[in-house]
Amino acid sequence: MSASRLHAGGSEIDRSRNLTFTFDGREIQAFAGDSIASALLASGQAIVGRSFKYHRPRGIWGSGVEEPNALVDIQSSGGRVPNARATTEPAEHGLTVTSVNASPDALSDRHAMLDRFARFIPAAFYYKTFMWPDWHLFEPRIRAMAGLGIVDRAWTPRKASVQINHHCDVLVVGAGPAGLAAASHAAAAGHSVLLVDDRQHPGGSLRYRAGDIDGMPGHRWADETAKRLTEQGHTPLTETTAFGVYDHNLVALNQRHRDGRPDTLWRVRPRRIVLATGAIERPVPFANNDLPGILSADAALAYLRLHAVLVGRQVVVATNNDSAYEVASALAEAGASVTLVDCRAEARTTAPANVRLLAGRTVASAAGRKAVEGVVLSDGTAMPADCVLVSGGWTPSVHLFSQAKGKLAWSDELAAFLPANEVDGIGVAGAVAGTVSLSDTLNSATNALGSFGTPVGPAPRSVGPEATLGVVGLWPRMRAKGRIWIDYQNDVTAKDVELAARENFISVEHLKRYTTLGMATDQGKTSNLNGLALLAEATGRAIADVGTTTYRPPFTPVPFVSLNGPRRNSLLSPVRRLPLEARHRSDGAVFQEYGGWLRPACYGAGKAADLIQEEARRARQYLALFDGSTLGKIEVIGPQAAEFVDFIYYNTMSTLKPGRCRYGFILSENGIVFDDGILMRIDENRFIVSCSSSHVAAVHARLEEWRQDRFERSAVYIHNATSDLATLTVSGPRARDLLEKLDLGLDLDDASLPHMSLAQGRFGDDDLRVARVSFTGDRSYELSIRADRAEALWARLQSAGEAFQAVTIGLEALMILRAEKGYIVIGKDTDGNTMPHDLGVSGPREKRKTEFVGRRSLFTEDAERSDRKQLVGLAIAEGEPPLATGAHAIDRSDGHKRSIGFVTSSYHSPTLGRAIALALIESGAQRHGETVELYHLGVLRRAILVPPCAFDPEGGRLHA
Amino acid sequence: MQLFPCPFCGLREESEFHYGAEAGNVRPDAGFVSADQWSDYLHMRDNPKGATREIWVHLTCGEFFMMERDTVTHRVMGSTLLEDATHSA
Repeated sequence: MSASRLHAGGSEIDRSRNLTFTFDGREIQAFAGDSIASALLASGQAIVGRSFKYHRPRGIWGSGVEEPNALVDIQSSGGRVPNARATTEPAEHGLTVTSVNASPDALSDRHAMLDRFARFIPAAFYYKTFMWPDWHLFEPRIRAMAGLGIVDRAWTPRKASVQINHHCDVLVVGAGPAGLAAASHAAAAGHSVLLVDDRQHPGGSLRYRAGDIDGMPGHRWADETAKRLTEQGHTPLTETTAFGVYDHNLVALNQRHRDGRPDTLWRVRPRRIVLATGAIERPVPFANNDLPGILSADAALAYLRLHAVLVGRQVVVATNNDSAYEVASALAEAGASVTLVDCRAEARTTAPANVRLLAGRTVASAAGRKAVEGVVLSDGTAMPADCVLVSGGWTPSVHLFSQAKGKLAWSDELAAFLPANEVDGIGVAGAVAGTVSLSDTLNSATNALGSFGTPVGPAPRSVGPEATLGVVGLWPRMRAKGRIWIDYQNDVTAKDVELAARENFISVEHLKRYTTLGMATDQGKTSNLNGLALLAEATGRAIADVGTTTYRPPFTPVPFVSLNGPRRNSLLSPVRRLPLEARHRSDGAVFQEYGGWLRPACYGAGKAADLIQEEARRARQYLALFDGSTLGKIEVIGPQAAEFVDFIYYNTMSTLKPGRCRYGFILSENGIVFDDGILMRIDENRFIVSCSSSHVAAVHARLEEWRQDRFERSAVYIHNATSDLATLTVSGPRARDLLEKLDLGLDLDDASLPHMSLAQGRFGDDDLRVARVSFTGDRSYELSIRADRAEALWARLQSAGEAFQAVTIGLEALMILRAEKGYIVIGKDTDGNTMPHDLGVSGPREKRKTEFVGRRSLFTEDAERSDRKQLVGLAIAEGEPPLATGAHAIDRSDGHKRSIGFVTSSYHSPTLGRAIALALIESGAQRHGETVELYHLGVLRRAILVPPCAFDPEGGRLHA
Repeated sequence: MQLFPCPFCGLREESEFHYGAEAGNVRPDAGFVSADQWSDYLHMRDNPKGATREIWVHLTCGEFFMMERDTVTHRVMGSTLLEDATHSA
């Protein structure tokens, strides 16, 4: 191949601005306006990559998004982009461009010898070959060889990508003649228009193909139309790809920037979509049709007119349609010697004077080692060539139409699948709709706009000769000689497709998965139809009956950073923060996330385990202060509130007296314990659900669901007041003495405020709710106050607490205290099978007469089993370390090991001076006193099953 | 991204909604409930191809409502307040 830059021409390059970049270490000269591909061609670089499987040398094939071969990794100051298409990436000064899947480089790849073994490794060979003894033996080597570009693992985006939600009347995809015409119609009719195109300039094929509109050359008409749209406020978005049409016609756009900013994601909700996405040229099937120097005829014309690159000197053009004639003529005019090989016996267009036309023949094979050197025609004629241009017909880019669930129909006249039905809110215009001539293309715009296209003023008109196509089928044939490439990117040959058909993979979706035809980054934009046609022949069907694979977004690869946008770190998963966080920090708290809340685990410097033990010890001995603000505070209010909580709770709650609290379970409908906690009754019609910290949102959602499902709108109201109030807990034998010092304006004696009761007091000017409930087993008071006034109360508790040697404890110490008492944490000491009677709370199950959530599930065969896992405590010999949480209790009575349960909570108790544990064990409640074996990571230990409560089982300290 | 009509807030994106239940799956809680009846209520769903009636919740306003839509075309026919919806599927 001897591509070169011409001395004049090139509408898109600026010869006054030179730039250089490197490709595989070699310096490449380019002009501003070049793509990486056009610069590589201009510098005579024939081989730009190695193929995926056989490591065959490959050159540039196309000039846009369809490019299957020229994938490169691009290193710039903004980072590394793997697997970029050289054809769509602008050449920029200072880039480091490397070929993919080649080492050391594309020119002399050391895996090139793989191609010699090609006959032994056809499609799917690895499914058959690496089965014995075990695929995993081969997997690492194969994985290392697979894949294309290299991802920079250290790279992180410097800033979040922007995401834009946009609404408009009309979205036009594609700024070729049809798209521009549609956009100007819609704008003239007064609609807001968004016109997008994936190239740098609007115009599409008008920029390099002949055609006059409204008395001026097509490319000028394109520029003027775009300019007018901009003046009217409808700025066209260039270098922007509409990559997906999603449900209800949401269109996603990927906008690229040249200043190092990450790509922008647009989510567009148009009232009407016009798809003017054009068509993509197909390869021509002949042996060795993948050699560098063989490229799309349309691409060759684009490189010539836009970048002044002549792709070869001795050019053979192989075609089955009229569109290549303009290409042949233009290349000849630029100085190449051109032979046009038209498979049609009678070409419908007259041959250009400067081109040798060989009609009724095809190219049978190409020859050459590292680039094409000549061709042999179907009649045996051999001729030298340094470049072969192919035009196997045009495949309309129906991707977006199909994503929107549009149906396709086969057209014999165009040898292509075309949009066949109306899709709500979507119109198609131009080549994607099957138009060929410029007049038809421009005219199709009105129809595509539907009710948005009412013409205002004259429509753009094409003048001069009109393009024709006259395409005939030139499909790959069965048992053809040589290796005919169908899919360049995945190295799928005609023989692979035949093999798949022979092995009965005759569904087009199976063909794709078995041979990988149409996979990878180009998604078969050039290859699909040739593959389908061959499958049709191999299975004796029409192409229309074979059908296409499903089109799915994205149309082109989209960087994850743009999809991610600002949703990173705390914006992805925000933690909830305590109102007193700053205060805890100044107290030296060590923070940790618990169920979405950032909470103090313990306080002070030093070894956390020691701090926690000390906090738990002092809490029992003296007094503990604890921030329990995360506890749920969901208010249930209304004339039927009592009836409502009765239905929600496992326990009867309507009998609760105002001013009193009751502990209870909330079940799910399948009888599983969903949450536990205290229910407080403020007055006749008002309750507070104090649910688990991490469960507030879920409990609130369930309450709402049942309320709306079963109750009149005004019968019950639910209000989640969790964040309104901070809850500070005072716990310990002298808790009441501390509270007495605070002047809360209420009677704290046990007759007025017994265990499990609540009262309303005051702290300064603020209301204070005092609930005497306990999660530690000691006398405890929960003080709830407006969150923004909590700091003063906390400071007062701490200063008054000094006289009582009060200790501020974190959540870890609280966990020890509650486990000493056998108090459970839902989801830790229970699992997705735990029912209330497994926790020893079977009263309501046996006695309740009224309906409640989950009731029927408590009487199923499974719920009645005697070997259900039940909550127990585990007693461990003095001096032994705590058991591992999660250790399995095992039963070996019938000869082999079987798990009969597991440890759910395990701690060292500083007060008891020994390890304690809770566990769920089969029939555990009936087996107190028995010894079980516990297995964890190869270590076997023993423990005795005991009641869950290890400390103060009589509960005397609650009232002490 | 589908657009769903909340009867209270109007058209909103589907990410603001959660699926609630199959419409007409009435809780059997009057008198004797057989294990099969209860199991049907808990587990058995129709999974229709085509038109369907479902209960959804608009998370941002917290209201449950009945929505009719097509599981094949994803066309949404409309939504109804729970109190106006009949219980039969």
